Amino acid sequence: MPLIETRALNKRFGGLHVTNNVDLALETGEVHCLIGPNGAGKSTLFRLILGEHLPSSGAILFAGEDITALKSFQRIRRGMSVKFQVPGIFKALSVRQNLEIAMQHHYEPAHLAEEIDKLLAFLNLAADAGRLAGNLSHGQKQWLEIGMAISLKPRLLLLDEPTAGMSPEETHATGEMIQRLNADGMTVLAVEHDMAFVRQVAHKVTVLHLGKVFAQGSIDDIVANEDVAAIYLGQTTAHATAHQQPGGLHA
Amino acid sequence: MNALTRFLRRLEGPQTLGRGPLFWAGFLVTLAAACAYPLFSDGYTVGNTVYFFTWIFMALGLCLIWGYGGSLSFGQTAFFGIAGYSYGILTINFGAAYGFTFVALVFAVAVAALFAALLGYFLFFGRISGVFLGIVTLSVTLVLERFMAQTAGPEWRIGAARLNGFNGMSNMPPLTLPWPGGDIVLFPDVELYYVVLAMLVVVYLGLRILVNSPFGNVLVAIRENPERAEMLGYDIRKYQLGTFVIGAALAGLSGVLYTSWGQYITPSSMGMTAAALPIVWVAVGGRSDLTTTLIGTVTVLAVFQALTIHGSQYALVVMGVMLVLTVLLAPSGLIFALARLVARPFTKRLPGDA
Repeated sequence: MPLIETRALNKRFGGLHVTNNVDLALETGEVHCLIGPNGAGKSTLFRLILGEHLPSSGAILFAGEDITALKSFQRIRRGMSVKFQVPGIFKALSVRQNLEIAMQHHYEPAHLAEEIDKLLAFLNLAADAGRLAGNLSHGQKQWLEIGMAISLKPRLLLLDEPTAGMSPEETHATGEMIQRLNADGMTVLAVEHDMAFVRQVAHKVTVLHLGKVFAQGSIDDIVANEDVAAIYLGQTTAHATAHQQPGGLHA
Repeated sequence: MNALTRFLRRLEGPQTLGRGPLFWAGFLVTLAAACAYPLFSDGYTVGNTVYFFTWIFMALGLCLIWGYGGSLSFGQTAFFGIAGYSYGILTINFGAAYGFTFVALVFAVAVAALFAALLGYFLFFGRISGVFLGIVTLSVTLVLERFMAQTAGPEWRIGAARLNGFNGMSNMPPLTLPWPGGDIVLFPDVELYYVVLAMLVVVYLGLRILVNSPFGNVLVAIRENPERAEMLGYDIRKYQLGTFVIGAALAGLSGVLYTSWGQYITPSSMGMTAAALPIVWVAVGGRSDLTTTLIGTVTVLAVFQALTIHGSQYALVVMGVMLVLTVLLAPSGLIFALARLVARPFTKRLPGDA
């Protein structure tokens, strides 16, 4: 049984068919990357899975349960967690408080401080615990939000461009973090443009184009696919681009 | 660390300004001064001071809803009026014997809270936020004012209580403490002062504990980023509604105290001017903290009163100017900016300076 599954999912905004019959299934323990040019419907699909949008038709199943009609917070409580594209942190609060808000209902009050310290160390943010989250560097903000997301101990982690704006080193470190989390059993669905990163972490890749699933397979299948290269305008072969510039395939 | 000490430790925390022995020493000195004040004054003046105190509950409620929760509500005066009228209707009908005025106080506050729960349900679960929340709450307040203003006719009565239209309802009994050897009637005098002061201390400390609790954490999280708060698994609408109701209950408490203080309530207590004033008090003091709100409210009220007494027709204009200056020069509040300046050498972690 897949951990998360969308069945014939459709979303229309007026005449715009943003999500067109999308069937997507992630097995437990899978790291799955979602790629596609701008306007492919990646973000909308994320928002449908999270319950921020309700689908026009179709169903979403989480661990076999139909969650199509559930509210966002109910889905989170069932074991999902998300890191947004623009860091969704509480800027006017301290780093520690950001984590406390995320974790306060998941740990005994007596152990909470200790658990926060552990996570701060894991995120390399121990020295910044007292700083305002809004004053962190961009990469640190991304990590803080990833920290908040994983502190819920989700079964499914949704990452919307987790490495956007990160340096190649930070990107690589983020990839390693995801691999560690995955080794502990976390299933990951990520929207990502950085093909080096996708190659580093993904077991499986889905290409969305004009709201439909355009191609699906391993990263090697995808980069070898001429049709996929063709939808990224101006790029003759995705394979070459991906190798020439690690940040390539910027759709 | 057991549960009680953990509870009391929440008197200070990241959501409240002021911590450590120095702050609490200052708090106790202020409280002692407030307790000693009637000894150095006369009953009439003390009674007038209570008038200031009655408004603070409403301001603290707005501080919670707006400063901590991030929802600007003009509805405080509506709940103020509802509770005030409810107190009048109850006590005019059932009298003041056997401490009933305090039962009426509880009922009147409950009516205001219930109304807030109904209104808030449709607002928050209808996902109305930002400026629209302000517009709807202001409209509700004004509708209530208009409605009460047209109840002059004799047909507008509930039991023995005439609503009396624009002239308002009067002659309800003041709060009355049952006491062996004769009830104590709390006219605007020293006794009422101590009762309201005690309520103020309890509410202030209780709110400090509330905002530093996990509930308060979620509240500021919603203010900072509602989407993120929901995506941490919080049903943010429930938190917003809960806050709205608590704030409304405090406004209701103000309404009851005001009504029993002056034995008088009119529709204009829910009018446009009345609805705007709490915003000014809270904004000028510093809406993001309970203490600055409290100090700010007392200060602004005192300035307002002084201007009015000395015959200035422009007291309201001055209020407006104060609001504009605050928004332009110190968006987090004048008292807040001042407190931060003074407190900087003493503390390391302040909101905005952590």
